[in-house]
Amino acid sequence: MRNPRTGWLLLSPTLIILLIFGFAPFLYVLFVGFNQWNVFSADDGLVFNGLDNFRRLVFDDDFLHSVGLTTRFAIFAIGSQVVLGFILAQMLTRNFPGKSLFRIIHTLPLMVAPIAVGAIWRLLVIPGFGPVPFFLDRWFDLTYQIGSYPDQALWTSVIMDVWHWTPFVTLTMLAGLSAIPREPVEQAKVDGASRFQVFWYVTLPFLRPVLLTTVFIRIMDAIRTVDEVWMLAGGGPGTRFTGIYIWRVVFPRTDYGYGSSISLITLYLTIVLCWLLFIAISGRRKGEVE
Amino acid sequence: MTTTFRQRLRRLATTYGVWIFMTILTLLPIWWMFVVSMRSRVELFGRPNLALTRLFTENYSNVLTDSTFQRYMTNSLVVSTSNAVLVMVLALLATYALSRYKLTGRDNIFFWLITNRMAPPAAFLLPLFIMFTRTFRIGGWTLYDTQIGLILLYCVFNLPFAIWLLKGVVDGIPIELDDAAMIDGAGLGGVLRHVILPLAAPGLAVTGILSWVFAWNEYLFAANLTSVNARTITTGLAEFVTVTGTNWGELAAMSMITLIPSAIIVILAQRYIVMGLTFGAVKE
Repeated sequence: MRNPRTGWLLLSPTLIILLIFGFAPFLYVLFVGFNQWNVFSADDGLVFNGLDNFRRLVFDDDFLHSVGLTTRFAIFAIGSQVVLGFILAQMLTRNFPGKSLFRIIHTLPLMVAPIAVGAIWRLLVIPGFGPVPFFLDRWFDLTYQIGSYPDQALWTSVIMDVWHWTPFVTLTMLAGLSAIPREPVEQAKVDGASRFQVFWYVTLPFLRPVLLTTVFIRIMDAIRTVDEVWMLAGGGPGTRFTGIYIWRVVFPRTDYGYGSSISLITLYLTIVLCWLLFIAISGRRKGEVE
Repeated sequence: MTTTFRQRLRRLATTYGVWIFMTILTLLPIWWMFVVSMRSRVELFGRPNLALTRLFTENYSNVLTDSTFQRYMTNSLVVSTSNAVLVMVLALLATYALSRYKLTGRDNIFFWLITNRMAPPAAFLLPLFIMFTRTFRIGGWTLYDTQIGLILLYCVFNLPFAIWLLKGVVDGIPIELDDAAMIDGAGLGGVLRHVILPLAAPGLAVTGILSWVFAWNEYLFAANLTSVNARTITTGLAEFVTVTGTNWGELAAMSMITLIPSAIIVILAQRYIVMGLTFGAVKE
């Protein structure tokens, strides 16, 4: 009754758009990644150089540094978001007066444009009139200058990301928590399980697919963060994440070949990481059906 | 298990404590931006004052009466609305296909769709730039600096997300309902319109909203693939910083203005957003 051809027909507009605007640029980047192509160099054409770009990349301290920073950024930001999001979602499963108002306010940052998020936080931390450096200096005698201290810039980016994206985690967790059947939880309580045991053995397994999916999406987006961090710190020390590093290689330096190979490696690492998570998610769901 | 009155009271107090704290943390940065938007250049410097000192609306009137800004605003509205509608239609068709038909390599196609969202934007700008200026060229017309170019391009990021969100929704609609409708003589269009559409409506609404917000918020591609005619509001925002001597008050005013449509959407669609964000990971 269901002819696969109809299926392909329904899928085709999506596939065509993604092939043109997603896959074709990818092939192009793949091609350029194996060439030397720098507009400012003597021969400004493409020169095939095999794996040279990738060899260079392994020894490129700036690149390795950016990967380290991105990893730290992603781990701290996503870790805090998951913990905080879970706690807040848990609190939202119960009814209390004013709940929807709190939830609406909490969701607000999620909808703010990344570039505006960067602007908001820049206004907070800017030396001269930003309140954060001023009050940190006055109350704690702490010199806060994201332009000069890489660690502070990194932490500010993490806090900004937590401010921006925790609501997303809260909402997905809330959706996940509301779908957990009541009986197993009640049964566990009757059997005398502690609150931690209920959480660990009942809630968490039910929540696992949602949790992994959320982490998947957050990893995907955290790795390619550019706009907001750029707006916040202008690519200063401590915020040279991989996305920003690629930007610097491709645009100010116009080193297209090398920029393309860094993009390829970053994309590859992201895909591998996400593929593992994807298998974990769908494997779990197959298990449930059986 | 019975909870005593005191326990309930304590729990309520904790809940309110946490939420009031969170609310302050959430609103403080936005509040500060609002305060900055209400100040003149001179008033900004010196000891930061978190209180609203006076209603100084010149920043807003400067931005709002600027014809460039008005054009950016119109472009943003046109691009994000058209993109959201397009994404909703295409994603519903694609999800239905992935959910109901035995297509070869279905899971791989699904994962490939998602990988489109992972690409680091900076390097992909170059091929897209070439594509926009040279490949799609009809006479003197190119995709570069057009609304349609951005509308189609944003599909690359919105479609994977939309399909992912909708997959669970459509999977959750019993296939028997389709069959029943088909036995009653409905064609594919009839099934989609009368069975799938009503049942998937909340999920579809979220998909549309999130696509709209993403398109409204996107900056990097809009900044590099447009020049004059199709510039969007976020690129205008960034222009304030790069032009010599940032006017922080106007930047803040403009940020406040870009925030308003999104805020209205959150308030109106709050209920659906929670309902729709399950990514198919949850089945009742």
